[in-house]
Amino acid sequence: MAAASLALRRLDYDETAMTSPAFTPVDDDLYREIILDHYRNPRRKRAVIPADRTVAANNPLCGDEIDLTLRLIDGVVADIGFEGRGCSISQASASMLCDAVSGLETASAAQLAHEFRSMMQGEPRGADLGDLEALAGVRAYPVRVKCATLAWNALLEALGEPGEAARG
Amino acid sequence: MSTQLAAPIDVERIRADFPILQRRINGNRLVYLDSAATSQKPQPVLDSVDQYYHTSNANVHRGVHTLAGEATDAYEAARDRVAAFIDAPRDGVVFVRNTTEALNLVASSFARELLEPGDRVVLTVMEHHSNIVPWQLAAERKGLQLAYIDVSDDGRLDLRDLDELLSPPTKLVSLSHQSNVLGTITDIRAISDAAHAAGVLICVDAAQSVPHMPVSVRDLDVDFLAFSGHKMCGPMGIGVLWARPALLERMPPFLGGGSMINRVRLERTTYNVVPHKFEAGTPDVAGAVGLAAACDYLDAVGRDAVHAHEQSLTQHLLDVLDEVGGVRVFGPHDVNEQGGVVSFNIADVHAHDVGTILDRAGVAIRAGHHCAQPLMQRFDVPATARASVYLYTTHDDIDALAAGLADVRRVFRLA
Repeated sequence: MAAASLALRRLDYDETAMTSPAFTPVDDDLYREIILDHYRNPRRKRAVIPADRTVAANNPLCGDEIDLTLRLIDGVVADIGFEGRGCSISQASASMLCDAVSGLETASAAQLAHEFRSMMQGEPRGADLGDLEALAGVRAYPVRVKCATLAWNALLEALGEPGEAARG
Repeated sequence: MSTQLAAPIDVERIRADFPILQRRINGNRLVYLDSAATSQKPQPVLDSVDQYYHTSNANVHRGVHTLAGEATDAYEAARDRVAAFIDAPRDGVVFVRNTTEALNLVASSFARELLEPGDRVVLTVMEHHSNIVPWQLAAERKGLQLAYIDVSDDGRLDLRDLDELLSPPTKLVSLSHQSNVLGTITDIRAISDAAHAAGVLICVDAAQSVPHMPVSVRDLDVDFLAFSGHKMCGPMGIGVLWARPALLERMPPFLGGGSMINRVRLERTTYNVVPHKFEAGTPDVAGAVGLAAACDYLDAVGRDAVHAHEQSLTQHLLDVLDEVGGVRVFGPHDVNEQGGVVSFNIADVHAHDVGTILDRAGVAIRAGHHCAQPLMQRFDVPATARASVYLYTTHDDIDALAAGLADVRRVFRLA
């Protein structure tokens, strides 16, 4: 592939190879109503005080920030909240995460995070992720996938799986 | 500036020189409005780099063979060309990788030998990180104080306290000629006059000005000037620090190695003359050759003409942004005081979402903090969208941006 690219000469490149099949106006597979709703009306957007776990996640390249706070009681995510700022995808994903994870056992929360990341990597494991599946549309925009996974990586770190989190 | 006298440029003819503008993005023609990040490259620049490698490639300043001589001549001719381009003495031209490296060189070498603990360096709130972080590092190493010129709500430098800021123990003021976020053009000559009257030196980040308007080191009367080749139609990986040769003489080397030496003994080394003292190791000769070709290209078009063209585009851009609805523009909003760079946000839509939606229509803008987080904090926003123009930008490009922004409003259900 690399060798073939090097062989291309100036304007002789195959233009069709560089373009997507057809222009589809941006819609709705990326910015679905439910994503915009969570962006504009975030759930659980407050710090949990006192918190058992606090993780400050950020993407220094784009400036997105998510601070996740959790209270754990008897192995259950008894309370969870987030603060932060960033694009609609990162903030909606954090809001949906807090909704989805609240009340789950920590093992189930971690499993959900893994399933979510698998879905974002294009390898869904078949579980029904409910509202979270609205974020699958982000897959078509590879540079934005990290926006959707930022909060979930923070959750895995909060639950003691930093190695997993680093894998992005 | 003789802007009014410049003949209009033939944009279509210029565009034909830039192969990448033929690309299609997501099924649409490329509308490249991100030249403040990096410019596209015209065929003569691409050819000059190509030709250097095809015909004259050899290492410079070493060896007695024909190619070594040709490469050295090409490299030193590029130094002459760059000096002429910025109207400056050629012995002050140090080739570096980019503006960031140039500013690091100054902050490192100048601070090490010519500043004392307790001395103050003055910066501004609208600087790129590359004109803040190197000074913070130097301040930490050397015990320097840093002070910042503030930015007004309309994106201009607030110079009311300038005299006080330039008073002892200030030794140097380092600031950008044109903001990479707001486009604000600062009157450098006024500041260099005030600085010199106070016995203070001035260092200018000219990364956003040298590509877009005539810049004369002699007229600006600055002590250091830094810029990058890649923002002015040149290759990536070559940049320039211009410094008064007398200052370079007094500054210690930045990096050690080959080329920068006079005589090396195990006990001690004496250094080469300036500017070679600051160019350790094999330089980017092809980059320098390409940069010289870029100087030729821009001068053939005429930088006055480029500037006039950009003023017209920027006015169009500002008009479009006023008409879209719900747009907040950051900066002077006056083409007489800003270059072809405009930052904005739409309603509650994050700049990255704006960028993604525009990209679907083939419109490339920059979204984010623009390596200027202190400025983002000044305006209390996490990010902005930024459109920037250059000599190959057309009014159709601005209209394409307008159409894309209308789509942003539709997607985000902004009534």
